[in-house]
Amino acid sequence: MGKPNNTNIKLKTPYHKYIPWVVLFLLCQGIWAKTWTICTTCEHSSIKQTIRLANAHDTLLIQKGTYREYEVVVDKPLVIKGVDYPIVDGEKKGEIFQIQSDGVTLDGLFIINVGVSYTKDNAAIRVIRSKDFRIQNMVLEQLFFGIYLEKSSHGKVYHNRIIGEAVDEYNSGNGIQLWYSSDIEVIKNHVQGTRDGIYLEFSDRITITENTSMDNLRYGLHFMFSNHDVYTQNTFENNGAGVAVMFSKFITMKDNTFRKNWGTAAYGMLLKEINDAEIVGNTFEENTIGINIEGSNRIEYTNNDFIANGWAIRVIGACYTNSFRGNNFLYNSFDISYNSKLNDNVFEGNFWSGYTGYDLDKDGIGDVPYRPVKLFSYVVNRTPETIVLLRSLFMDIIDFSERVSPVFTPDNLKDAQPLMKIRS
Amino acid sequence: MLKILKYSFFDLIRSRWSYVYFLFYLTLGFVLLFLNNDVSKAVITLMNVIIVLIPLIGTIFGVMYYYNSREFTELLLAQPIKRSSIFMGQYFGVAGSLTLSLVLGLGIPFVLYGLLRSNAIFDFTLLLVTGAFLTFIFVGLSFVIAISNENKIKGFGYAVLLWLFLAVVYDGLFLMSLIVFEEYPLDTFSLVATMLNPIDLSRILILLKLDISALLGYTGAIFKKFFGTDLGFLVSMGILLLWTVMPILGLGHKAKRKDF
Amino acid sequence: MTITIKDLHKQFGKNQVLKGVDLTIDKGQIYAILGPNGSGKTTLIKSILGMVLPDKGHITVLDKPIKKQWKYRKQIDYLPQIANFPPNIKVKELIHMIKDLRNSPSAEKELIDLFGLGPFLDKKLSTLSGGTKQKVNIVLTFMFESPLLILDEPTTGLDPMALIRLKELIQREKAQGKTILITSHIMQFVEEMADKILYLLEGEIYFKGNIKELLEQTGAPDFEHAIAALTTTGSHA
Repeated sequence: MGKPNNTNIKLKTPYHKYIPWVVLFLLCQGIWAKTWTICTTCEHSSIKQTIRLANAHDTLLIQKGTYREYEVVVDKPLVIKGVDYPIVDGEKKGEIFQIQSDGVTLDGLFIINVGVSYTKDNAAIRVIRSKDFRIQNMVLEQLFFGIYLEKSSHGKVYHNRIIGEAVDEYNSGNGIQLWYSSDIEVIKNHVQGTRDGIYLEFSDRITITENTSMDNLRYGLHFMFSNHDVYTQNTFENNGAGVAVMFSKFITMKDNTFRKNWGTAAYGMLLKEINDAEIVGNTFEENTIGINIEGSNRIEYTNNDFIANGWAIRVIGACYTNSFRGNNFLYNSFDISYNSKLNDNVFEGNFWSGYTGYDLDKDGIGDVPYRPVKLFSYVVNRTPETIVLLRSLFMDIIDFSERVSPVFTPDNLKDAQPLMKIRS
Repeated sequence: MLKILKYSFFDLIRSRWSYVYFLFYLTLGFVLLFLNNDVSKAVITLMNVIIVLIPLIGTIFGVMYYYNSREFTELLLAQPIKRSSIFMGQYFGVAGSLTLSLVLGLGIPFVLYGLLRSNAIFDFTLLLVTGAFLTFIFVGLSFVIAISNENKIKGFGYAVLLWLFLAVVYDGLFLMSLIVFEEYPLDTFSLVATMLNPIDLSRILILLKLDISALLGYTGAIFKKFFGTDLGFLVSMGILLLWTVMPILGLGHKAKRKDF
Repeated sequence: MTITIKDLHKQFGKNQVLKGVDLTIDKGQIYAILGPNGSGKTTLIKSILGMVLPDKGHITVLDKPIKKQWKYRKQIDYLPQIANFPPNIKVKELIHMIKDLRNSPSAEKELIDLFGLGPFLDKKLSTLSGGTKQKVNIVLTFMFESPLLILDEPTTGLDPMALIRLKELIQREKAQGKTILITSHIMQFVEEMADKILYLLEGEIYFKGNIKELLEQTGAPDFEHAIAALTTTGSHA
């Protein structure tokens, strides 16, 4: 063990010799790294041309004004920064910024009029095969695709506002799209009125935090074939179909809020073929379906709040070894809906507002189990129109008798330790 | 008519049953709010109470009042008063006093609980309005039944059967027909079937507030239009009003042709 | 003529109660409407009051047709057969209420004294005995000044003292020129009070006339037997 220590010491000593050189190098950088000012009446009035003139690591300061440019290619590490939100108007002609180099920063621009195309996915900002980029404080409007990250990594998309006016799915694009990208942070962005607010395909180790995604045509957040991603503290509201997480593994979803996703195929969250995920501390409020689960296994649902949803949880197809613990189910029309008689999932220690049992030993846990699946939910699955009979006396009587002696619902589907008081 | 209304009303609010009814709601309100401490849950429980109990009580009360005041009605019939005024006056007296018991009985605990400052006030108001409608409808229906049947026991039986039918059996038949004909488009049918039963209609009206998320889960375009916009609310209210007017007209019609 | 009735028919279900009654009632007389049980006495009275709607026929009261009218009832004071009042109100309130409903001048004070109802004024009607209720009923009927009085079994439950008072009352009303219709099962009372007898049998007026004529026609020794004779001959005829 002594030997490696020796080498370490030997290696460390020569570093000190380099310090003056490093300082000199940095100084040279400072001298060589130039700041270019661009304004409509200045010597440099075109972003495109100035990029051509600039050297790597220069800074371009774009002054207030309108710049009618598109297909602006950034092919060297530059900082391009807007002062007082200058407008870059693509005049609907095509893509606007294309980053093709590592270490590029875009900051504080107001980009409008991305060209809509049926053959090309034009974006306001596209990052291609680049690392260490930073896209921040941007405002994107009248767009097709917003920020499109293609085979890129180690970047940050921070505090942008993306406002679309999508009406139809076929001629609208996604707000933030990650395709074959990894190790990227998406933080504090606001996306609305696009097709999918945030879309991930084949993208791993992505962190999505404190974003708001609302009023999007399809999904607020959409995962496909992306693993080891984390999303926390985001708000997804009034999206056409809520949030979809599909064909992905090891996803962590924490402290997010899913609200008011209403409609036939609208979910707070749709899980399809998801394995080994953690869903913790989220709030699902007033969605037609809180979580729709299809073919998803080994997922832990812990400490979530399901409030006033049509269906808090709907389980379709084979789902095994999932566990639901410490969740609050409050005033949902249906707590759990199953379409099969088999159950391999565990419900334990949740609070159910529909629970009417008692707690004689005063340990805070109800003495009789709670059966969260109503017979009526089977009837509605089969004949959806019967939903108009919700909360009718007749249905209550039938549900009651089913609860007393289960015939149609899985016998072991119950919470044997229902909480007496709401988990706070 | 107003004089008759006044006398029937004061006669009723001094009767033991009005107190029982009032105290029942008062207790219910207090228990729900102060023991549970949860307005949302209270509103859901109240909804169940309102769509089942109010029609039952309205029916029984209406029939009972009609038969008990039959001789008095005859006394009034010999007076220079229009026939329809006598029955309308009694009808509004009964329905009015029941509604008053309901509104005060539930209103007092809710107001004391601080509902006026909570955002459940709209849901709660809707509950009371629906409850009032159901009271008027079922007192009306029971009056029509009572005036059509001289035999007290028969009339009472029919009235309770009517309640049982509308509160339970109707929904059973409704459910069965939906399941039997599930291959056909059913959304118009199910909406119409809902409209034809005042209890279902009131239930839907409350569901529009409480369970809108679930109602919007169904695919049908007509459903969507109905539940997704204000249309549903307005149409339901309109038809509920129609349901209130119909027994009154029926009562007027029967009263004009009846011998005493 | 106070009341005219022409060709009055009324059927309850299969039971033909009135089969073409023709009748005129003149002013200022006391008429007794008699007949066996189920002969249509009450139906006839109720038709006049508009409580029973005739199938066929025509009725006028004080020269006006009564069909679909109600204001004419202001000219009639009616004493119903069984007085069953709302149980929760007091005697005082009931009197007040009827006054309020009719909106006519009334003389209830004197009548209350006459029948000794003073102590009962603050009692609820449900607590009163049958006789007392009937007294209240009488007060309610006689306290107005209408030209036509219809009394259905006015003597029910009355004690002798009250009965005497009632008779006096009826005579007094007659003296004021009122027309009075009475039904009663107490033949003595009828004999004493009535100017004219109307005998209803099987839905028709079987006899109309005064007591003298009745006795002459039947050849019976007294009024009671005469009525009995009418009944038997009628049912044989």
